[in-house]
Amino acid sequence: MARFVPGDNVTVRRAFPPGHVRTPYYIRGKSGHIAQVLDSFANPEELAFGRDGLPKRPLYRVRFAQSRVWSDYSGSAGDTIDVELYEHWLESEENT
Amino acid sequence: MTMRSEDSVLDHYQAMELAVSALLIDKGYFSAADMEAEIDAMAKRTPDIGAAVVAQAWTDPDFKARLLADGTAACESIGLDMGPTRLMVVESTETVHNVIVCTLCSCFPRMLMGIPPDWYKSVNYRSRVVREPRMVLKEFGTEPSADVEVRVHDNTADMRYLVLPRRPASTDGMSREELAKLVTRDSMIGVKIVEAP
Repeated sequence: MARFVPGDNVTVRRAFPPGHVRTPYYIRGKSGHIAQVLDSFANPEELAFGRDGLPKRPLYRVRFAQSRVWSDYSGSAGDTIDVELYEHWLESEENT
Repeated sequence: MTMRSEDSVLDHYQAMELAVSALLIDKGYFSAADMEAEIDAMAKRTPDIGAAVVAQAWTDPDFKARLLADGTAACESIGLDMGPTRLMVVESTETVHNVIVCTLCSCFPRMLMGIPPDWYKSVNYRSRVVREPRMVLKEFGTEPSADVEVRVHDNTADMRYLVLPRRPASTDGMSREELAKLVTRDSMIGVKIVEAP
């Protein structure tokens, strides 16, 4: 059902559609790996406009190295950030 | 109904909130009394609920394992009302320090902690904790050592996050109730650690 499994390297789509999008700007275009497959949920981009949001979309916890998110990151090399992202926002890293 | 202030001009979102709630009530989706009851119920929720969950996890390894595997089911199993919340509990350890944020709005595990503090909703916290978490933590008096991984959790979608903070050393003899009193809201957000008494 879910396209990715934990450990898969993924890149967040660098896309800027209008509407209610739960993918933060700062993470678009960044690469990380799947930390956890959560569950499938109705698509919030559709729910926001009164539609049913079906079919449900797999949701992942994606883990990013902070040093790959911010070029001037000043913390430790091992620091990370986890962001919840829907499958339709993710691409296999090798495809990008 | 929401009170209308006599002293100030409504901004766009305040006017929108009044209009939408009036419409929903007029159309019969819920009554004004339902809305008041819900506001009252949320106002009664405090971080004491989350603190009890943390203290139980510290003292009951089986519960802790279930809490980390499925936070919602574990909390419901001890009689907590989780409403629609899907809970993800993240454990801080010797090697990982967790901190939560919602950069998009103010998502927060309200069923376990009530209404978030104002700073949690501020643009300052939301924009900085993802970019310079160690500086933000330092402002709260928290300084994880450089070899600890600081892991930020952005509550962007359907799960709500609660940090299971580290149990302080020298609390071995304490009861679950005594332990719960040590657990603060800020430690369950991850901006502070739990201090030994």
